[in-house]
Amino acid sequence: MGTVSAQGLRKSFGDVQALNDVTLEVPDGSFFVVLGPSGAGKTTTLRALAGLERLDAGTVHLDGRDATHDPPAARDLAMVFQSYALYPRQTAFENIASPLRARKAPADEIRTAVAQVAELLHIERLLDRRPAQMSGGEMQRVALARALVRRPRAFLMDEPLTNLDLKLRVEMRTELTRIHRSLGGTFVYVTNDQVEALSMADHLAVLRDGTVQQVGTPTEVYERPANKWVAGFVGSPRISLLACHAEGDQLIGAEGWKLPRPQWATAEDGRPLLLGLRAEDLSVERRSDVALDGELYGLEPLGDRALVDVKIGDAMVKVKARPTVTGTRGERMSVAVDLDRAHLFDADTGLALAGTGR
Amino acid sequence: MALSVDEAVPGPASDPTPHARRRTGGGSRARAVIEGGLLLLLAVAMLFPVLWMVETSIKDGRDVYAVPAQFIGFDATLDHYRDVFVKPGGGRSDLSVAFLNSVIVAGASTALATLLGVPAAWAYSRFTLKAKKDQLFFILSTRFMPPVVVVIPIFLMYRDLGLINTKLGLVLIYTAFNVPFTIWMMKGFIDEVPAEYEDAAMLDGYSRFQAFYKVTLPLLVPGIAATAVFALIFSWNEFVFAIFLTSSSDVRTAPPAIAGLIGGTTVDWGLVAASAVVFALPVLVFTYLVRKHLVAGVTLGAVRR
Repeated sequence: MGTVSAQGLRKSFGDVQALNDVTLEVPDGSFFVVLGPSGAGKTTTLRALAGLERLDAGTVHLDGRDATHDPPAARDLAMVFQSYALYPRQTAFENIASPLRARKAPADEIRTAVAQVAELLHIERLLDRRPAQMSGGEMQRVALARALVRRPRAFLMDEPLTNLDLKLRVEMRTELTRIHRSLGGTFVYVTNDQVEALSMADHLAVLRDGTVQQVGTPTEVYERPANKWVAGFVGSPRISLLACHAEGDQLIGAEGWKLPRPQWATAEDGRPLLLGLRAEDLSVERRSDVALDGELYGLEPLGDRALVDVKIGDAMVKVKARPTVTGTRGERMSVAVDLDRAHLFDADTGLALAGTGR
Repeated sequence: MALSVDEAVPGPASDPTPHARRRTGGGSRARAVIEGGLLLLLAVAMLFPVLWMVETSIKDGRDVYAVPAQFIGFDATLDHYRDVFVKPGGGRSDLSVAFLNSVIVAGASTALATLLGVPAAWAYSRFTLKAKKDQLFFILSTRFMPPVVVVIPIFLMYRDLGLINTKLGLVLIYTAFNVPFTIWMMKGFIDEVPAEYEDAAMLDGYSRFQAFYKVTLPLLVPGIAATAVFALIFSWNEFVFAIFLTSSSDVRTAPPAIAGLIGGTTVDWGLVAASAVVFALPVLVFTYLVRKHLVAGVTLGAVRR
């Protein structure tokens, strides 16, 4: 068992409302990612689960039992800190052994457990070193080992990969997924990196200003963002949003363009809407009747693909194209739209129209 | 990230004078000579009393009064140093008792102030407390006044409590003066140790206090040592309370005891100087030991944040 449940968490620091009614249900054995920009309350949420923050309101249940007032030691959780928080005076071995020593495990058991986790993370040769003698990546592995050496109810990870360089980060991403598969266990993983979130999570919660915007699988969040903010935050390049309104069987853009109205677009005529178009659902190469006319504004070759900025009136859309695409600035262009994959948001509330995208 | 308190304290400025390097003309040499000359003058002025004290302590009684004064060429003697510790007829001298009292009082008050101040500093560093800044300011404000301002009320209170002329009384008052200092200085050192170490220890399965004791405290040892030496020096040197609150020679600490040698019809300056040297030595040694923290410790420790 290893379910973590947070109900209505509230926490403020002075005038800043860090958590504003955060509710999360982390199923047993899941890789649960909390995604949000910095300042969204991700770390505070994690610290609240760990028992490191005193909450203003809300409850934390672990395995169905109320643990809101339990001290961290009694919660049977392990945490990896963003700064790693390795004890500077202790060797890697002592750092990793710390959770077992705190629980008074016998010495030979400790040695076996540390050796096992060191092998899992390929850090056998680091065991005698102190944190000052390790690189960032090595410290990160030791911090991970300190958490994984035990089989706690759940593992809490606070942006553990943020301080690593890109190559190492990609490596560790795969490695963490592998570890989760082989060890099992419940992971609650906090990050501001949407690529991490989408690639690692089996459940994803998007957090903004201390409130949960959406919870779902990565695919659900990407394909059916609950509101325009989530649509803008998840996905790279950023989704293009065009102001428009529905009229009869047409969508009419603020810049004058016209597209057929999708059947699922239930909004009443004339209501201000935002049409959300992801770069991969647009094409400058495909010919189609369902298209927007504009002019080429910029071209960004990225090796495996190119991003084309097309100006539609005063608005701008990003289009994913083959790397061979060419063109000069100001050239007229027709952008084919895959309307089945488009998103519509209410311009006032920002919420997605029911049935958006499908 | 794994910065220990010791490493976080920058050493004394070690860079050679930059302007002397930049220009290589004759002007810079003249400048260096003037600078050196002024510094030498200052050093002589500052060190002369010390030199005179040391000289007097090893001069024969009549050489002390010699006119013109002799800097060299007198007969050196260690009789005065013997007299500091041994009574003329044998047995322990009053001064040696006073030194012992000083050791006891300064040691006990420093230990007590450290024991009380370090946990308090930890609490002020780690916890959200109501009006924390005001509390810290209040604590500091107890050091605003010179001791002589409060010595009369303290005297009256001590008389009622029966603490007049007791070592315990001195220990308590010195502790009261050292605790605020300890809290402020230690808070600076503790602020430098990331709170996440303790968070991590708590998740490892330790209680909050165990987390402090096992993880943070070992990192604070250099800071505690520096702070304790400052407290020790304060208690060791303290004169005003000592002279007002003690009267008998078996309780009196060294500062008033040495001052008591002056007065009467004849003053044995050799003895005064010798006891002053003995009195100054421990402070010199300790100051030397913590010279790195003397500047850095105070600025980094207490002023930042």
